[in-house]
Amino acid sequence: MSRATSSLPRSVAAHAILIVYTIIALFPVVLIIVNSFKSRAAIFRTPLMPPTGTTFDLVGYATVVNQGDFLLYFQNSIVVTVASLFFVLLFGAMAAFALSEYRFRGNTLMGLYLALGIMIPIRLGTVAILQMMVAGGLVNTLTALILVYTAQGLPLAVFILSEFMRGVSDDLKNAGRIDGLSEYTIFFRLVLPLVRPSMATVAVFTMIPIWNDLWFPLILAPSESTKTVTLGAQLFLGQFVTNWNAVLAALSLAILPVLVLYVIFSRQLIRGITSGAVK
Amino acid sequence: MGSLTIENVQKSFGKVDVLKGIDLTVEDGEFVVFVGPSGCGKSTLLRVIAGLEDSSSGRVLIDGGDVSATPPAKRGIAMVFQTYALYPHLTVRDNMGLGLKQAGEAASEIDRRIGIASSMLSLEPYLKRRPAELSGGQRQRVAIGRAVVREPKLFLFDEPLSNLDAALRVNTRLEIAQLHRRLKATMIYVTHDQVEAMTLADKIVVLNAGRIEQVGKPMELYNAPANEFVAGFIGSPKMNFIDGGRLGETAKTIGVRPEHITVDPKKGSWKGTVVHAEHLGADTNLYLDCEKTGLITVRIFGVYDAEPGATLYATPDPTKTYRFDADRKAIK
Repeated sequence: MSRATSSLPRSVAAHAILIVYTIIALFPVVLIIVNSFKSRAAIFRTPLMPPTGTTFDLVGYATVVNQGDFLLYFQNSIVVTVASLFFVLLFGAMAAFALSEYRFRGNTLMGLYLALGIMIPIRLGTVAILQMMVAGGLVNTLTALILVYTAQGLPLAVFILSEFMRGVSDDLKNAGRIDGLSEYTIFFRLVLPLVRPSMATVAVFTMIPIWNDLWFPLILAPSESTKTVTLGAQLFLGQFVTNWNAVLAALSLAILPVLVLYVIFSRQLIRGITSGAVK
Repeated sequence: MGSLTIENVQKSFGKVDVLKGIDLTVEDGEFVVFVGPSGCGKSTLLRVIAGLEDSSSGRVLIDGGDVSATPPAKRGIAMVFQTYALYPHLTVRDNMGLGLKQAGEAASEIDRRIGIASSMLSLEPYLKRRPAELSGGQRQRVAIGRAVVREPKLFLFDEPLSNLDAALRVNTRLEIAQLHRRLKATMIYVTHDQVEAMTLADKIVVLNAGRIEQVGKPMELYNAPANEFVAGFIGSPKMNFIDGGRLGETAKTIGVRPEHITVDPKKGSWKGTVVHAEHLGADTNLYLDCEKTGLITVRIFGVYDAEPGATLYATPDPTKTYRFDADRKAIK
């Protein structure tokens, strides 16, 4: 059954490629979740099998809940991620608005400077960052992590958002100016709602590296009270003995909050409210 | 209340001079249309008047007061945009009332003015809707209503009809004309469409490459264009320009409008062949390749049967031909 816009072999091929890709992408995640519900022996003997009546074991989750202060680690991770995300989106959008809306000397140069961070990994500056945090008395605080992650997320946010803000109708902003709205009102009430889908994109791209990061929590905030989930999971990875049940259970639990945040943002991605504003 | 004076306004973006010294006076209650090809600076001039752009030099006076340093909201103006520019999150009522609310008007006064404006533009059934639930024509009426409620000294229209389809465009044009008659307000209207300019304006300002080419009543521009540009821009189809030398004239260029040429199959001044014929019902446009003049357009009122390849003689009306010198200025 061949039509002008679709042919059976082609759509079969396309679906085959997509299905293979989906399996490859999901396989490690599924493996972790499946094995987190199994006993230690079953994990090693039949790692690819789903838990059965004899191999089903919640010992991993029990260890995670009882040993270590995992609730606190979760809370730390969420505080750091949400706070960093908030600042990245706020400052990123503001900088992007300024770059796209106002003509000033050095505008392009400033845009390039702000985008430089996309090309230079922030980890190169770890030593300097650590020295700064020590000098500022911020070592072993969540503030240190929030500051670093905000800096890490801003370049991409500014870059993506300024492109989208250029697309917001000038007429709409000018109409606001004629009606006497302040630049802040124009930014928050007119422009931000229109770029909400791109904000959600930036949020997703920013959120995942922050949640998964091990480097900066290890260096800047390794104390018991400021540990994040990824750092906390290291508790079970010993040099000689590794508690795989607990590691897998901790990692499975760590997926949940990101998943929830992702669902929230992806709803925004779909919602288009621009219609009716301009043509 | 509502006069505008522009004194030597210049505007450059970097090295590009968009406005090269504009002087203009608009009297109270006039309907002035800025017309010109794209990129001629007409929209920039409107934005300078609105205060959305700062001029590089020169002054803008509204009612005799210099507003060069006054923000847009305090200039006593209202603007209607090409893309409507309605606030997507507000209802029609709130869209119209926002400017007044920002200016600190009393709620009763805002309601009164919205009432008047919405009945004037027949928007009452839609007051609770959001822009997304309106058609293009309704949206543009809301945008006009938003301007009306401000009771401004100056109405500024930036190509308000460009996004509407042909039938709506004619309707909305009529509404704007009636609005002007009813409010007796000063209006400045920017368009690239010379038909809109001719039908709406008390006074047309023809702009080209950042300069004013001519200012005058529509019929003045049609009957006595100051130069070749205005002669070619006003009138549709475009005026025919013929090299004076080929006709044995002293003027550099001879201009004659398509509607001022008659054709005859037997005799006439210029012999030519029909290249193409456009039958519009009320008019027929003929494209003739004449030996003496090259390709010319002839507009005949009513139906005229002419097939491509036929030979016709064209005769210009000698009282309605225009002569232009080497500087493209009209010779009086």
